Amino acid sequence: MVRGPVSGVVPAYGRGMARTPFSPAFWRSPLRGPWFTSVLGIVLLGGITLLFVTGLLSYAAYNPDLAPVNDKTPDKGILGFYLFAWPTDPHWLYRLNQGVHVTLGITLIPVLLAKLWSVVPKLFTLPPARSLTHALERISLLLLVGGALFEFVTGVLNVQLDYLFPGSFYPLHFYGAWVFFTAFVAHAVLKLPLALRNLRQLREEKTELVSPDPAEPTVSRRGALGFVGGGSLLLFLTTAGQSFDGVLRRTALLAPHGGAEPGSGPAGFQINKTAAYAGIDPAETGEEAWRLVVVGRDGRTVRLGRVELLQLPLHSAALPIACVEGWATSDQWWRGVRLRDLAALVGYEDDPPDVFVESLQRRGSFRRAALRANQVADPRSLLALFVNGEDLTPDHGHPARIIVPAAPGVLNTKWVARLTFGDL
Amino acid sequence: MRPRLVLGSPLQLLLLVCSFALAGYAGVRLLAGDWFGVVLWFVGAAVVHDLVLLPLYAAADRALVRTAGRHVLYVRVPAAFSLLLLLVWFPLISGQVADRYASATGLSPDGFLSRWLLVTAALFGGSAAVFVVRRRRATGVRRRRATKERPPAVH
Repeated sequence: MVRGPVSGVVPAYGRGMARTPFSPAFWRSPLRGPWFTSVLGIVLLGGITLLFVTGLLSYAAYNPDLAPVNDKTPDKGILGFYLFAWPTDPHWLYRLNQGVHVTLGITLIPVLLAKLWSVVPKLFTLPPARSLTHALERISLLLLVGGALFEFVTGVLNVQLDYLFPGSFYPLHFYGAWVFFTAFVAHAVLKLPLALRNLRQLREEKTELVSPDPAEPTVSRRGALGFVGGGSLLLFLTTAGQSFDGVLRRTALLAPHGGAEPGSGPAGFQINKTAAYAGIDPAETGEEAWRLVVVGRDGRTVRLGRVELLQLPLHSAALPIACVEGWATSDQWWRGVRLRDLAALVGYEDDPPDVFVESLQRRGSFRRAALRANQVADPRSLLALFVNGEDLTPDHGHPARIIVPAAPGVLNTKWVARLTFGDL
Repeated sequence: MRPRLVLGSPLQLLLLVCSFALAGYAGVRLLAGDWFGVVLWFVGAAVVHDLVLLPLYAAADRALVRTAGRHVLYVRVPAAFSLLLLLVWFPLISGQVADRYASATGLSPDGFLSRWLLVTAALFGGSAAVFVVRRRRATGVRRRRATKERPPAVH
């Protein structure tokens, strides 16, 4: 074995020993240690658990078990074990859930990066495995680290409409979350007792995370935590505003739906997909051409033009648009015909059933969607013709759109052409 | 002596096998489409982070410490925060999704680069202001101490 000075081998270290990442002395930061890693780990334990729960709730909010059109993951098997009829109360439920999911995810990025940095020497631990359990644990860490990065990267890309990932976002993010979370739970169970002990101890143990040859510190460990927290705070402050209107939205300097509204006036609020993007032909939405087809009990069918719709009782509801991408509008004032009144027109007088909604939209995965009976029955669920006192604009779904309390944005179908009531 | 296979803690072993079985159940579904692409992204994300991103920023930080010495924090903090924002919002800042973004949302795709540059300017400017204030305070303290220690001028 070579001791003593070897010229030309990593002279920068000046100690005469070739240091590779596999040698503990290669890692010189005095910040690394069980306390630092444990603090970050505890933050991620709480944060990622909340991300997972809000993610599962968002999945349930689509009512994937109601109809195949709502289900982007038909082979989910037992992973949909907890599904339930998504409620309509409180009406801001999905706005809150998705705001928390996306904003918290973005806020946790610096914590995740710091945690991975704090344990990177362990990647190069030799021997590669001390026992069968240790070997399996290291394979599990690949699922943990790969899974965490996969989930964060697909989420961050999807909210920026950058669909680079290999497949549809819904199955990738959903199944990826389960793969990641199984490894996350195993890791938490294996490490939590150790992390809590590290936090309680006054003096730090000399573990493999502590550098045997630490460099001169440039910042204290508390300072480093403040640095990580500062990064999180910066991301939070420049993102959270996209769940609100007005001045708050303007504070979301870099978030996709931060900054200015897409226009002024009654219809100047956020748009998910414009009429042009969805391939809406203006010739189909004009007063002459457009007819709403409503189908009901025993195939009973009614065709209604805009004029006939306006003769039905009109009702109002103040409801937000809340997108899976984490942005939302505040409550807008919608006016239109109640879905349950339309159900009554076609034979469902007292027992509003589920409804299958079809749009004029040519492209887009939710141009057809299903709503559950509890959503149809809610008096605030409308086929809206007006918003904030004016006719709907093309980008907000003219001539008619669905608006349902607490439902994900894409289930509020725009440019509605056909409603089929009946149990799905 | 032949090396023996060491089992390790049986409880941990059971837990890990259980977690692998569940991960496999979800993993089969995750890989049902473009399995090669998904594996590439899953493993690639870990490899790119651990073997490219982390060594890059660690090397940049070491270079910064060598250059800036004890004032390193005044550069490290704004630089790291600015690069963090760039990392997270790269698709919007770089303009690579500008066309889709504009046509889908009806919003202007042009402001992101400017806003990121302005935030970066504010971060570095703020850091410079803190540096100046702290140094002035420190020199003020030193001067006062020097005045106290000096013998009285008038006898």
